[in-house]
Amino acid sequence: MSARRLTQGGLIDRSKTIDFSWDGKSLQGFQGDTLASALIANNEKVLARSFKYHRPRGIMSAGVEESGALVTIGSGNRRDPNVKAPMQELYNGLQAFGQNAWPNVRMDAGSVNSLFGRFFSAGFYYKTFMGLPPFESGKGTGWWMKYEKIIRKAAGLGTASREPDPDVYDHAHAFCDVLVVGGGAAGMAAAIAAADAGLDVILVEQEGMLGGDLLSQSAEDAASQREQLNSALESSSVRIMTRTTAFGLYDYGTAGLLERVTDHLPENALPHTPRQIFWTVRASQTILATGSMERQIAFGDNDRPGIMTASAGRSYLNRYAVRAGEEVVVATNNDSAYQVALDMDRAGANVTLLDARNNVSGIVAESLSDSGIEVRMQSAPLKAKGLNGIKALTLATGSPGSWQSGETIPTDLLLVSGGWSPVVNLASHRGVRPVWNEGSACFLAPETAEPIQMAGAAAGIWDTAGCIDSGTRAAQSAINAIKDSTAGSGNTPQPAPEPGDGDSWENPILPVYEVTVPGKKLKCIIDPQHDVTSDDVRLAHREGFVSVEHLKRYTTLGMATDGGKVGNIVGLALMAEALGKEIPEVGTTTFRPPYTPVSIGALRGRNVDEHFRCLRRTAMHNWNLKHGATMTMAGLWHRPWYFAREGETIKEAYEREAATVRETVGLCDVTSLGKIAIQGPDATELLNRVYSNAFAKLPVGKARYGIMLRDDGFVMDDGTTWRLSETDYFMTTTTAHAASVMVFLEELLQTRWPELKVHLTSVSEQWAGCAVAGPKSRETLAACMEDPSQISDENFPFMGVRDITFKGGIPARIARISFSGERAFEAYVPSDYSESLMDMLWEAAQTFDGCLYGLESLGALRIEKGHVTGAELDGRVSIDDAGLGKMASPNKSYIGSALRQRPELLREDRPRLVGIFPKNREETFNAGSILCQSDAVEGMGDGWITAVTYSPALGHWIGLGFLKGGHESYEGKTLVSADPVRKGNIEVEVVSPHMYDASGERMYG
Amino acid sequence: MIRINCPFCGERDHSEFTYGGDATIVYPALDASIEEWHDAVYLRENIRGMQSETWHHVSGCRMWLVIERDTMTHEIQSVRPAHDAIAKALETEQ
Ligand SMILES: [Zn+2]
Repeated sequence: MSARRLTQGGLIDRSKTIDFSWDGKSLQGFQGDTLASALIANNEKVLARSFKYHRPRGIMSAGVEESGALVTIGSGNRRDPNVKAPMQELYNGLQAFGQNAWPNVRMDAGSVNSLFGRFFSAGFYYKTFMGLPPFESGKGTGWWMKYEKIIRKAAGLGTASREPDPDVYDHAHAFCDVLVVGGGAAGMAAAIAAADAGLDVILVEQEGMLGGDLLSQSAEDAASQREQLNSALESSSVRIMTRTTAFGLYDYGTAGLLERVTDHLPENALPHTPRQIFWTVRASQTILATGSMERQIAFGDNDRPGIMTASAGRSYLNRYAVRAGEEVVVATNNDSAYQVALDMDRAGANVTLLDARNNVSGIVAESLSDSGIEVRMQSAPLKAKGLNGIKALTLATGSPGSWQSGETIPTDLLLVSGGWSPVVNLASHRGVRPVWNEGSACFLAPETAEPIQMAGAAAGIWDTAGCIDSGTRAAQSAINAIKDSTAGSGNTPQPAPEPGDGDSWENPILPVYEVTVPGKKLKCIIDPQHDVTSDDVRLAHREGFVSVEHLKRYTTLGMATDGGKVGNIVGLALMAEALGKEIPEVGTTTFRPPYTPVSIGALRGRNVDEHFRCLRRTAMHNWNLKHGATMTMAGLWHRPWYFAREGETIKEAYEREAATVRETVGLCDVTSLGKIAIQGPDATELLNRVYSNAFAKLPVGKARYGIMLRDDGFVMDDGTTWRLSETDYFMTTTTAHAASVMVFLEELLQTRWPELKVHLTSVSEQWAGCAVAGPKSRETLAACMEDPSQISDENFPFMGVRDITFKGGIPARIARISFSGERAFEAYVPSDYSESLMDMLWEAAQTFDGCLYGLESLGALRIEKGHVTGAELDGRVSIDDAGLGKMASPNKSYIGSALRQRPELLREDRPRLVGIFPKNREETFNAGSILCQSDAVEGMGDGWITAVTYSPALGHWIGLGFLKGGHESYEGKTLVSADPVRKGNIEVEVVSPHMYDASGERMYG
Repeated sequence: MIRINCPFCGERDHSEFTYGGDATIVYPALDASIEEWHDAVYLRENIRGMQSETWHHVSGCRMWLVIERDTMTHEIQSVRPAHDAIAKALETEQ
């Protein structure tokens, strides 16, 4: 037993025992523990297996940078992989599991991978197999695929649940003057100062409580400092968000936050609360008080369980009252670890302090005088011994560049401090390039035009008093910037808080990134999550990689879930050494969002299942459902698909509906068509410019079918436009293009033709519409009117438009237009009247044995007639391709009239709209098939099929499609509808797209 | 998230807007030649720096705006209605 829980001290509540399980074993911790501190207290050392080599791993840190103890939390549909044990607060019933190991992390069959380390070195994916037989370029793909599967299985992290996520996530938005990221001393001070100046402040902290490093300090005044800051915050207006990570900074002071609302609580503790909330915050100024992270040093087997950062050892000791070892070695190159050694000594451990420097003086040196600590200067760790937990450490003596192998001393806990890396990640998100600071051997964010202030350890300030002062000054800079911008004095540069220059340490840091001795083969891990070694970096260099960005990708250094927090600086330093350059010459690292992983659930929020996208219902929606509609999606709209009678299949239903429309009458909800009121003295001129066919002479009381092109000459949309008065038009668009047509008309009027006096109003929601189609359509309408003569053939010919009143005083706007090819009308009423209208029309239609019909039979009817819809007008089709070229006016210019005349668009052999019959009329075929010559079923074919239906009128399957040159040249020939992965090859014949009633007698009659 | 100060609605997230295109394009007359139309529709500068572009406040006031934006930094220098008469009326009002 090497680790032990202290009987007093720390921020845990010993009166509240917490039961949890680790790999099925029941263990106990205390309220206030993290999973990591509880596992250490229970002497669980091997907690994970590494990514490539399956090396045993334990806890390496006490924070978000953790790259050793990645564990899986929960089971079943709540299984959450790759959770960092130090960031998981302990709760009753928590289940944690080791991952990436079989049968378990302590006995792992996959660890044989370590023996084959050569195969997994830098770039192993790219070259290990590629250059060798049978993997030469282009030859060994099949072999590669086989090996790749095995390698993938051997290397990896935890696995996510394959079941649907049962939890709820929310999206939320907030605004503030100042966003303070980081709730340590600097952040707390900054928030207090900004709020004191009357600003609206949000303070976010990724942990469950504020305090930052103060929570882990042994100093007697740390607790009182924390209390002072806390009470000042409590009496301020600052909005405090704990368990909330600012994972990304974006343009204009926008920050993305992830609030973990219930992850620290037992399952269903707050059943009506979202698990996590994804916040978008817009702040005028952002203060980054994000602290700094202690660096590792690369030495032999530096990833063994029992090796962690010095600050982590201190945090477990002081905050969680867990002494992680008994024979403690503290290895450092800077002053910060001296306090850790002292704390360990006071807690009863036998402590040896290794300092790579020649000598230290001042308070730091004197502080150890009363202790039992053995100090060894000019010493560093060279190689750890002990596979499943460090047992001994071989020392190196000398200095960087000329280390010699020294004696081996026993130890069960090695605490390493390789220096500190300020967390500049969020500034880096904004393109702020960190600058190397020689004195502190770290990257710092420079002054920037971005509305960002750095504070505290994130700005390279290493002592608590300095951090508090720095936070206050950062707040002052933010206050000044906000005052200046509201006073309108522009961008006065603010004096930034002075970056740390190492002065706050008594003795300067001695940069040490790797400890090696000549001739000794060591495995020095620099990116533990991806098992990248220092040899990998040198190998990449030998193979010609000189750019840091290439190095990262070739070795995968810094590309694991920690985003390079642990390994980047050491990797950069080793690359600089290999190149014989200084770190700043080699480059810097760019951090990208997210700072820590964001769950997919939080990204999706409530936009899931039926809420994935918004849903539009017509005013007749409930009426349709009440009358037996099966619905389908048409864009965002829910529309009736078919109205099956008792026992009918969809095919039986739509065939009956289409036949009924041709025989008597059918009613169809067409509310989803786009409707635009176009009003004003220049309305006619606008329409004449945007439609390709003539509109200038459309009389009042008439509708016209129109085709709109885009600027580039391709078809944009079609529809009918009704002239209600000299200056008032009612335009209908397709359901699919309603929004884009409206936007385009607005653009034309506001940007290109501001001289036109026209007003546009979208009235799609205001008017509900019903198509009344079939030989008995007029009778059906007439039965619903007080004055049926208004719609007699003489008074209301084809394409007539008029305002009428239905029985009961229902105002309506009707036109005699047809999509089905039958005598037909469209009737629009103000949406609130839609159910009354439908009740009345349906009662009348039933007296003629009419039907309700949906999209499927609507499709059958229009395919029979060769009427195009979105399936044909896909944005790549010209008006001639669609067979409508004759409609385009040769006597005027209109949008697209110039570019539709481009030679390529006028070629005779362009694919043109055709009708398709199966050669064997009993056969069917599929939309999406390729049309080929029978002797050349290959490549792109000569055309394609856009729509297929069974035609009740013709008694067999029919289709529409596009075919080179149109149908005339294929008269009497047999083609093949090629559909290799579904239906196979079907012989088809090509006909005119107007497959039914080509002369239109039924419609005009 | 770019924040756009709509002259009619105030400062809003760019997700309320849709991007139009190059605001400096002068579209030719409808009866202009294929070549003129080709140039207007297809030829665009790939500007590094301040660019004049149209945006549509599609989930707001539905007005088309001309915005000067730096393509490197997203800094917005000016926002005005694309419709000249409306822009002028707005100026006199202020
Ligand atoms: Zn607006």
